[in-house]
Amino acid sequence: MSNLFDVAVIGAGVTGAAIARKLSSYNLKTVLLEKECDVSFGVSKANSGIIHGGFHHDSSMLKSRLEARGNLMYDQLKEELHFPFKRCGILVAAFSTDEMRTVEKLYNNGLENKSIGIELCNHERMLNLEPKLNTDVTGGLFAPGGGIIEPYRFVFSLVESARKNGVELLTEFKVTGSRSNDESYTVESADGRQIEARWIVNAAGLYCDEISRIFDAEEYEIKPRKGEEFLLDRNASAHTDKVIFPAPSKHSKGMLVIPTAEGTTMVGPTAQMVDNKESSSTSKENFQTIFASARRLIPQVSERDIITSFTGSRPTLAGDDFYIEPSKRIPRFIHVAGIQSPGLTAAPAIAEYVKDLLKTEGLQLAEKADYDPCIEKVPRFRNLSKEELAELVEENPAYGELVCRCENVTEAEIVAAIRKDHITLDGIKFYTRAMMGRCQGGFCTHKIMKIICRETGLSMDEITKRGGGSWLVHKEVGDYPLRSRNLDGERQQP
Amino acid sequence: MKEITKDVVVIGGGSAGMAAAGEVVGKGHSVVLLEREEILGGILNQCIHNGFGLHRFKEELTGPEYAERYARIIEESQVEYYTGTTVSEIDSREDGKTVFAFSSEHGMLRINCRAVVLAMGCRERNRGNIGTPGTRPAGVYTAGLAQRLVNMEGLMPGSKCVIVGSGDIGLIMARRMSWAGAEVKGVVEIQPYPAGLTRNIVQCLNDFDIPLHLSHVVSKIYGKDRVEGVDITPLKNGMEVTEETFHVECDTLLLSVGLVPENEIARNTGIKINPETNGPLVDSNLMTSVEGIFACGNVLHVHDLVDYVSEESQRCGEFVSTYLKAGDREQQYSMVSGSNLKYVIPNRFSSGRDNHFYMRSLIVRNHAELVFSLDGNEVKRKKIRHIQPSEMISFTLKKEELADFNLDEQSRLEVSLIG
Repeated sequence: MSNLFDVAVIGAGVTGAAIARKLSSYNLKTVLLEKECDVSFGVSKANSGIIHGGFHHDSSMLKSRLEARGNLMYDQLKEELHFPFKRCGILVAAFSTDEMRTVEKLYNNGLENKSIGIELCNHERMLNLEPKLNTDVTGGLFAPGGGIIEPYRFVFSLVESARKNGVELLTEFKVTGSRSNDESYTVESADGRQIEARWIVNAAGLYCDEISRIFDAEEYEIKPRKGEEFLLDRNASAHTDKVIFPAPSKHSKGMLVIPTAEGTTMVGPTAQMVDNKESSSTSKENFQTIFASARRLIPQVSERDIITSFTGSRPTLAGDDFYIEPSKRIPRFIHVAGIQSPGLTAAPAIAEYVKDLLKTEGLQLAEKADYDPCIEKVPRFRNLSKEELAELVEENPAYGELVCRCENVTEAEIVAAIRKDHITLDGIKFYTRAMMGRCQGGFCTHKIMKIICRETGLSMDEITKRGGGSWLVHKEVGDYPLRSRNLDGERQQP
Repeated sequence: MKEITKDVVVIGGGSAGMAAAGEVVGKGHSVVLLEREEILGGILNQCIHNGFGLHRFKEELTGPEYAERYARIIEESQVEYYTGTTVSEIDSREDGKTVFAFSSEHGMLRINCRAVVLAMGCRERNRGNIGTPGTRPAGVYTAGLAQRLVNMEGLMPGSKCVIVGSGDIGLIMARRMSWAGAEVKGVVEIQPYPAGLTRNIVQCLNDFDIPLHLSHVVSKIYGKDRVEGVDITPLKNGMEVTEETFHVECDTLLLSVGLVPENEIARNTGIKINPETNGPLVDSNLMTSVEGIFACGNVLHVHDLVDYVSEESQRCGEFVSTYLKAGDREQQYSMVSGSNLKYVIPNRFSSGRDNHFYMRSLIVRNHAELVFSLDGNEVKRKKIRHIQPSEMISFTLKKEELADFNLDEQSRLEVSLIG
């Protein structure tokens, strides 16, 4: 039967994508199931994009061990997958002796987790490392191995690599039911599609608990902890070289100042337990809290530089650790749940860990002879020199057509995104950065919509921001009954 | 790759760039004009309503008609213009400048020149700039993008809309959306007075019975995939009166919340920016802090009327010509804004000729006075019937009016508004 898979990975966020890619290096038939219309549209699209430095928790926690291991895997992954990643280093700034004591605890965690090059710093060393820091800083910690990444680009690359090596991706496949026999599970989606798989990996992020329930596996509850962040213009004077953390509180790593991998600045996130997993609402109070906290670290952080804000939710479990275990209730089912921070950092190590679990549980793993870990590198206008560009435009004139003026994205890059199946505005935004700059799509949205139509054959009213009911234009002008001036009715006086 | 050598490169083929290029070429210099869109005219092309040209041509034109007049001048002149061409960098050296641009047709263009005119216009402020809380659904558009979709692409951004901001673009779009069959449920303005021209309040809102909520804000956006509604909250003494919040169902939110000069190239070239206008600081010849680079139109400061853009840009063209011809430069002195003014442009003045200033007020007042004083001595006083921040003040200080004053390098001319 053609749709019998060895493994079905549920959820195409960073965890599911990393697992699918890992499995694609073996002779297995793997399917990646995603409820949204594109990958990385859940937890993985809206987070701080930090590759953590391995000092926030001691090694008794699984997440801490996987964080340390995952961190070290990023250099090779970047070579293979070409996503924006910089090992820019992380500073934790303390502003009192109490905070300095917390920082010392982090330092000891770092030593235990073998965080490379981690050091304690005095006031002067902190300011030498980051001259924009608030001069009230008493001291802190420097983890040179920490870094930053564009999380969605990483997931896109992982999925592209997995698909290149044979993994099938099914989007808009929202798992709503399952049946099992001795050999396999039949997995049903809301729209009536079905697939069959022998093994299930539950990497459904915020919805791991619901998936577990659908399969009649363990009962647990994923609670969303919402975070709100603000993105600042790439000209913002608050842009630092390193990621700046405050001394952490009990529940959160605190609100940070982040120089993003593509040159903008981000401040946040908040940490707030919420009931609704889909809650994406921003609020005025959070805005004030974030800016006050960020300014305590870097006084140059200014509201004038705000481009946009967004929220994301961390999928948390009681105990706050990752839950990566085979089900004890049902066979051939692995939970990969509670993957909150440092899930992005840990993802490549989680993939290895899950692969080992599958093997221990009895899945036959034979390495694929023709596995190719590398994907094609798409040239980006903004990363090339004038000379390189001049040459590139000769080859492909679409590189001479600048569509997004704020982030310097050309038509060629937008076409590349569409050909890799990113056909919503958000998908194209995450792949290319078009519409992500200071004008937020004011100048280029209509141009991108036209390119989507041309490349896919969709009509304008079929294009969406992010799938579902997120339509952009309704009807053509003229489809509505035209209205004329109300000259007879009573006028309101100005 | 294409290599070109000309006297002047004008960046931007909208109203500012066309007026400047036309003037420079008319004075006998060679000019290249670069435009990133496929046709000349800039934002005027999507402004299909009338009301343009009353000052400039003494007749009422639509945006495209106004653009057409200048485009014809450019097309019939010796100006070499390239559309679909985006400038990526200006390399400014003592002995000249090189402008790098890209287009699909020519690949990289490398243009050597002696002077550059910045005329890139402005962009719209958006949701992030005003910090509206709520969800992030599809259906939140800047008014200009909505105008583009309706007027040039023939597409309807939605059927029930609320408009934030009573600036002219917002008002024009309220009428345009109504005409196209959408229901405009209201215009929400944070200030206690409208931001747009009175004629637009009458013609675009009152004539269509569209409510204008002054001293109100959109306090929350609802909808997961697409906008489903907004909360509107009144302000009293600058504070939101949350208990008087009301909800309006809509599928579209249009934002007309101000414009900002587009100065990324200027910044990257090391040109000093005026934090009040977000445009370059310029001397009395509209030259920026980098010698040989000039700025005019909305890239310098946001104008109310295109007529003023043309006027300023033509003057800029004259200055460029003088710069190219003249050896010695005239003495210039400091020009600053005083009480109740947001800004004055230019930031220097010359004593040997008339000086034209553009100003914007911080206050709303009837019967105000504009006062110029040089090093504490009053030079000129002028009564103004009405001032408000949304209406630019334009004033020429005549050469003779400064004739009786002694000027030295430290001299400073200050202009104030007295309420």
